[in-house]
Amino acid sequence: MTADIALSVENLSVSFPMRGRDPAGKKRALLAVDNVSFSIQRGRTLGIVGESGSGKTTAAMALARLVPKLGGQISIDGIDFGALDAAELRRARQRVQIIFQDPYSALNPRLRAGEIVREPLIYAGTTSRAEQDEIIDELFEAVGLRPEQKTLFPHQFSGGQRQRIGIARALSTRPSLIICDEPVSALDVAVQSQILNLLKSLQKKFSLTYLFISHDLGVIQHMCDDIAVMYMGQFMEYADRDSFFAAPRHPYSRALLAAVPTIKVGAAPGNIHLVEGAIPDLTQEQTGCRFASRCPHSEAKCGDGVPQLMAAGLHKSVPLGGLHRFACHRMDDLPS
Amino acid sequence: MTEPLLDVRNLSVQFTTRNGRVTVLDDISFSLERGERISFVGESGCGKSMTALALMGLLPAMGKVTGGEVRFKGEELTTASESRMRLLRGNEISMIFQEPMTSLNPVFTIGRQIAEVLQLHRGLDGKAAMARAVDLLEAVRIPNAASRIKDYPHQLSGGQRQRVMIAIALACEPEILIADEPTTALDVTVQAEIFALLRDLGAKLETAIILITHDMGAVAQMSERMLVMYAGRRVEEGRVADVISRPAHPYTKGLISCVPHITNSVGMRAENLPEIEGIVPPITSFGRDECLFAPRCNRAEEGCFAAKPKNASMANQDRHYVACWHPNE
Repeated sequence: MTADIALSVENLSVSFPMRGRDPAGKKRALLAVDNVSFSIQRGRTLGIVGESGSGKTTAAMALARLVPKLGGQISIDGIDFGALDAAELRRARQRVQIIFQDPYSALNPRLRAGEIVREPLIYAGTTSRAEQDEIIDELFEAVGLRPEQKTLFPHQFSGGQRQRIGIARALSTRPSLIICDEPVSALDVAVQSQILNLLKSLQKKFSLTYLFISHDLGVIQHMCDDIAVMYMGQFMEYADRDSFFAAPRHPYSRALLAAVPTIKVGAAPGNIHLVEGAIPDLTQEQTGCRFASRCPHSEAKCGDGVPQLMAAGLHKSVPLGGLHRFACHRMDDLPS
Repeated sequence: MTEPLLDVRNLSVQFTTRNGRVTVLDDISFSLERGERISFVGESGCGKSMTALALMGLLPAMGKVTGGEVRFKGEELTTASESRMRLLRGNEISMIFQEPMTSLNPVFTIGRQIAEVLQLHRGLDGKAAMARAVDLLEAVRIPNAASRIKDYPHQLSGGQRQRVMIAIALACEPEILIADEPTTALDVTVQAEIFALLRDLGAKLETAIILITHDMGAVAQMSERMLVMYAGRRVEEGRVADVISRPAHPYTKGLISCVPHITNSVGMRAENLPEIEGIVPPITSFGRDECLFAPRCNRAEEGCFAAKPKNASMANQDRHYVACWHPNE
């Protein structure tokens, strides 16, 4: 392999223990992320899209080792990140940084902006104070803040400016991977475009690798090279951007896309064709497709085993990109 | 000429703060016909919600209507008594809010909360009100309505809670429903269902809907007319079809283009989104005699800072107004 892989995740699962035991006497647990695999080349962006509760954030937090995983391999820069012990992990943490959704609560209100950006450098412990000052100055300029703003406290900034501080903090250790967890959802519409443009220009400047989590398909299309659609802890579809938006394959992806209101005046409101079925109980072992209960195309065979991500047959009218895979028992006879 | 259902003319609202009076709404005008749907669009802090609250007579204690009129079916509301407003609210003019989690009372069953409105405004007895509440829950498409009526808000999902809010708001078949960002806290698939529900019920009951949102997609799907607000002012108003296809105000144009809209064309991707630079000015500057958008505007010239732009009608277009010194043609 010649491609420079910044992150690779194989068969990642996360389970949260719950109170009580099931009838068989086993401890109950909720499987929030089930056997998810993906990788990101350096300098590219993978978007994970899905509804709230689908496990997007949990998967990201698990690969950053901020929540414990049940199983799976995580490799960052070729290092087996999932197997590091506590001391090694502390040193390696600088390789992964996170930009959070809510810039109002993600910054320590009692630290000055400059110190907020300095904090990760202190924990990384590889730079002198003078070097840190230099990095902070450079980052403030890069994210569009003025040098004198270093001494202000978070409450003295607007929402967009706070997110800029959060971005500067995430960049401070020159991480190999930046997890952007809904970075613009809490911002005003006009400010969202400012932050999205900033994230893109920084990516180019520092060849950053992003794992971009969002529920907004418009933002995902704009920001991401590859896209994974997540539902109830599993990837339903995984494709490059053009292939996905030209021809989304999974019925869930199609429903998500149809649900987004379009700006075209007079366009018929999206027909989302979702069945109002019960959503599966993730504390139980899944025996079939977890989307089947809401899928308009489900058949008896959909309850028969968990479908795996696979490339569709080549007889389809639209050729699939090399990566384009989806998990559906009816992948070869889905009505389009 | 018949009178519109709601006619708001030159409405101005001021807040009295420790640092003196500040203007919150500055000369807002619009009208609404029976069964018509209008959207208020703009960034936070531009006065969208405050306009709605002013219509409902629910301004915070420090706020006061300082000019203009709000005529509802010919009746002046800005000078109406509190007891008169109480008769109108929830009955002829209803409102639903962004957070369905916090708008419902956690210690009462949803049935009781729906029935309360009917007992208050329609004089139904408890039993009849409960029976009607079941019908309403069915109308907002909650399955097993008869048993869900005994549920408490925490037993419902976010989308279901918003449906209950809609049931409460529509219980008395109001003339106007104000929906203040009703789907911001919800997933897109749920949003699509709530929008479909609002459209269907609005049409059935001939209820006019005021939708407050910042999502142009929602505007295009939900409304016939739109009112774009900036810094407490109306900067543009018109038919959605006219405004979205040919926005006259640079702010409207920016709001439409700064959001990435989904396309299915391969390879078409702009590297950068058009930006509206800067942020909404502080509220203390709202009343000034200048174009308040000028500092963020790429068409601004010296004159824009010298005086507040007048409202002008767009030529050849029905009820399309813009307040700008240099509108797009």
